Amino acid sequence: MHAEVEEKEKQSVSLKHMAGTETMIELRGVNKWYGDFHVLKDINLTVRKGERIVVCGPSGSGKSTMIRCINRLEEHQEGIIDVNGVTLTNDLKNIEHIRKDVGMVFQHFNLFPHLTVLENCTLAPIWVRKMPRKETEEIAMKYLERVKIPDQANKYPGQLSGGQQQRVAIARSLCMNPEVMLFDEPTSALDPEMIKEVLDVMIELAQEGMTMICVTHEMGFARTVANRVIFMDGGQIIEENAPEPFFNSPQSERTQLFLSQILSH
Amino acid sequence: MSQNINKASSSRFWYDPKVRSILFQLLFIGLLVFFISNIITNTTNNLEQRGITTGFDFLSQEAGFGIIQSLVEYDETHTFGKTFIVGLLNTALVAVLGVALSTVVGFLVGIGRLSSNWLVARLSTVYIEIFRNIPVLLQILFWYIAVLQVLPSPRQSITLGESIFLNLRGLYIPAPVFGEGSGIVLGAFVAACMAAFVLSHWAKQRQVKTGEVFPVFRVGLGLIVALPIVVWVVAGQPISLEMPVLKGFNFRGGITVMPELIALLLGLAFYTAAYIAENVRAGIEAISKGQREAAGALGLSEGRIMSLVIIPQAMRVVIPPLATNYMNLIKNSSLATAIGYPELVNVFMGTTLNQTGQAIEIIAMTMAVYLTMNLMVSLFMNWFNTRMALVER
Amino acid sequence: MIVNDKNIPSRPAPASTRGIAGWLRENLFSTPGNSVLTFMGLAFLVWAIPPIFQWAVLQADFIGVNKEACTSEGACWVFVSARFQQFMYGFYPDTELWRVNIFFAQMTAVLVWVLWDKMPRRTWGGVWFLTGFPLTSFILLHGGFLGLETVETHKWGGLMLTLVLSLVGMVIALPIGILLALGRRSDMPAVSSFCTVFIEIWRGVPLITILFMASVMLPLFIPGDIELDKLARAMIGISLFEAALIAEVIRGGLQAMPKGQYEAADAMGLSYWQGMRLIIMPQVLKISIPGIVNTFVQLFKDTSLVLIIGLFDLLAVMQAGITDVNWPNISIEAFVFTGFVFWAFCFGMSRYSVALERKLDTGHKS
Ligand SMILES: Nc1ncnc2c1ncn2[C@@H]1O[C@H](COP(=O)(O)OP(=O)(O)OP(=O)(O)O)[C@@H](O)[C@H]1O
Ligand SMILES: [Mg+2]
Repeated sequence: MHAEVEEKEKQSVSLKHMAGTETMIELRGVNKWYGDFHVLKDINLTVRKGERIVVCGPSGSGKSTMIRCINRLEEHQEGIIDVNGVTLTNDLKNIEHIRKDVGMVFQHFNLFPHLTVLENCTLAPIWVRKMPRKETEEIAMKYLERVKIPDQANKYPGQLSGGQQQRVAIARSLCMNPEVMLFDEPTSALDPEMIKEVLDVMIELAQEGMTMICVTHEMGFARTVANRVIFMDGGQIIEENAPEPFFNSPQSERTQLFLSQILSH
Repeated sequence: MSQNINKASSSRFWYDPKVRSILFQLLFIGLLVFFISNIITNTTNNLEQRGITTGFDFLSQEAGFGIIQSLVEYDETHTFGKTFIVGLLNTALVAVLGVALSTVVGFLVGIGRLSSNWLVARLSTVYIEIFRNIPVLLQILFWYIAVLQVLPSPRQSITLGESIFLNLRGLYIPAPVFGEGSGIVLGAFVAACMAAFVLSHWAKQRQVKTGEVFPVFRVGLGLIVALPIVVWVVAGQPISLEMPVLKGFNFRGGITVMPELIALLLGLAFYTAAYIAENVRAGIEAISKGQREAAGALGLSEGRIMSLVIIPQAMRVVIPPLATNYMNLIKNSSLATAIGYPELVNVFMGTTLNQTGQAIEIIAMTMAVYLTMNLMVSLFMNWFNTRMALVER
Repeated sequence: MIVNDKNIPSRPAPASTRGIAGWLRENLFSTPGNSVLTFMGLAFLVWAIPPIFQWAVLQADFIGVNKEACTSEGACWVFVSARFQQFMYGFYPDTELWRVNIFFAQMTAVLVWVLWDKMPRRTWGGVWFLTGFPLTSFILLHGGFLGLETVETHKWGGLMLTLVLSLVGMVIALPIGILLALGRRSDMPAVSSFCTVFIEIWRGVPLITILFMASVMLPLFIPGDIELDKLARAMIGISLFEAALIAEVIRGGLQAMPKGQYEAADAMGLSYWQGMRLIIMPQVLKISIPGIVNTFVQLFKDTSLVLIIGLFDLLAVMQAGITDVNWPNISIEAFVFTGFVFWAFCFGMSRYSVALERKLDTGHKS
């Protein structure tokens, strides 16, 4: 696993120049509570177009909650979230609008088990983008080829391995031609031998300049593709830095502790 | 040594599982035959003693009693066989109406139970816990005795727009009268249905080609409603409604729904609806939250998430127990005996049996009806389960 | 680079999302549609509750012995108290009521013993429930032994009869049901096909046809000189019906049993019956208790059908009360009381079975 991370390291140099200056996502002073529990505390984060952010932190630190707020799967109570120029409010139109532009990949894939792989991919383009079916199928096949499973198009999700399912989930999001992709621990439900096939797809996506926010503990991946790594703990952003200094010389004690824990095995 | 084995195997002849199994089954069948032949002898003796004939000849004899509600032509001069048909049809009527009503109420309450509105969820739970924990017979009697029998007399009927009347004697609703040329209107209705079908096909084709979504459901429904109305007006209103009117002490004209039917229907439907509601809830809850989130994250609207992702999956879970519930509703319709609605058990196993005394034939025929329905339901469920099973590795 | 190592202290959530106001907003008024629903629900409650409360409590009559005591607008609960003995015991003789009370007490004790998981030796409770309990109850209720005066079954009635019918149904149905379930899964074709047909026939027809069959056809099946009273015939019908339902519950339990358990029993050199008795059945019965309780609830409600064949159960007492000319216009009171008694039993038992199911669920996971 390390060998090929090294190999990808070379590309990463070129990758890091690709981030633009346009702001894609902005969180300002975001606070969120579950009942009386304060999950997100004064989150400030700006993501520029083409930037790739990796978010890490101990379990329960609010990572999932934060990225789920970005496409309004969760509602925040204080602060402002702007996505691609749209401010998130309770307005259903706004929510549907930004969800077209923001793709999301879940830890447990969440493919629709009653639809074939191809139908999973064409569902949203047909009903949300209102594209001709023929066209959506072509697009779906294109992305299925990119995630290297065009031959599985007519199978049902239940017939695929975990890694294959996750790649379908990525393809399904890409079919909507999103501006941003959110990943919530996409590899943590997978067996080790399947992690690589999913990470490869994600790395390729990064090389094409997709804006990405990725919750993951794959540090090799973070070093290869991230522009910035964010460390969260107790609902707040503790440290934010480029991958090199982040891993080599973490500033905060909590970051050091966390890194020593996950790197020790 | 070999002798030993021989000895062992011969002494263990009884312990050979195959031999044991065959012996046991022979014994079992023997006992069964003995038991059944005993019953047969007893029965023939008893029947002889009481002078009861056997066989199905009675079906072609004149019945000699009237039935208060019949969907086909029937009076005292018809045969006992006809009473079977009349009862069966009356059961079918309750079944169809009951299934429809319980489905509507059950789905509403089931969805209500999952509502994000606390009050609605609570009220739905209260409904379910009350109605399914009280015997359905008690509920039927309640509607019949405590509600319908205290309604006002025909002269003081409760009325809705002077066309629907409810009183002690039942529910009176307008009846359609098909005048000359009403065939055109019915034709228009059929044509509209076909047009809606063609429309949906066309819309699908167009969607495949251009991606534009056509509101098939709304337009189709509009068509099916509007076209017959327009034709009806143009053709000079050939179909009219016959209003029930008070003549003397009672209503004449229109359709009369007897109180027994109303009570039976309300009792069965509200009871079964509580079970259906629980099924619906379980079906929707069985779909993981992740499905809804994934669909939402793709930008699908709330309505589309329901119709494209949640309902198709929930239906697989809901339909098999739903079929069982419908079957139970049909079986429970036999409780009509207690209030005198003339369905199969009441007419055939009640009056006809009393008149002829041919218990065995009559009970066997009645049971056969229910068993056939059961068989059809389970065949349907097997078919459904194999067809809809999610493909897994 | 940003480093922010200070702990931001947790703040309470904004007032609008907290406390009662927050709860109301979230659960009752989250969208305009929801607000409309809430108001409709409230309107319904305001429309329904006060008149019901007024009728059932404020304007009701509680004290007295006959209809004349009911002078106010509301419910006449005097009817219930005047008829209470009939509701509970039917026409059981006044001087012998203590026997029924002992039966009630023993029933409660046995059920607590069997169903409450903190009780010691629950297996013995189960054995007593199936053997000693019905035997002592029969001697007690029917009499004719040990100097007890005989009380004919046609005097039995009310809640007591309802309970007797459902308990007898259960006691007889359990062993038969277990045998049927084992038979249906047996690899002997003669046995399994017989059991399958038997179960499907009994399950497939309405209970009322079975009761008719028991009261009309059964007397034809037995030699003419044997008399079976009406109650006994109903009990036979109900028990066989219940046995078919129990068989399906047990079959579900047998199917849920991991294959390893059967293999382990074989590997220990136990015979089929030993393995069943010592290893499989105890576990199957344990996981089947919720299902058995559910069928019992169903049976408890279904026993009300005996009204149609002329037995005097709780529901029949109610109906007799309604048609009594001395008590005009008390039908709603009668329905409410009878309905409540049925409801309390069924609701209690179904709660129990839900709780147990949850417990078994988590028990399996850990
Ligand atoms: N729906 C909810 N209701 C109440 N509390 C919740 C809810 N969802 C999450 N939480 C709590 O919020 C905190 C943050 O959860 P979150 O899922 O964001 O953590 P995470 O950083 O993604 O952790 P993990 O690495 O385990 O996925 C946790 O303490 C969790 O218990
Ligand atoms: Mg998480």
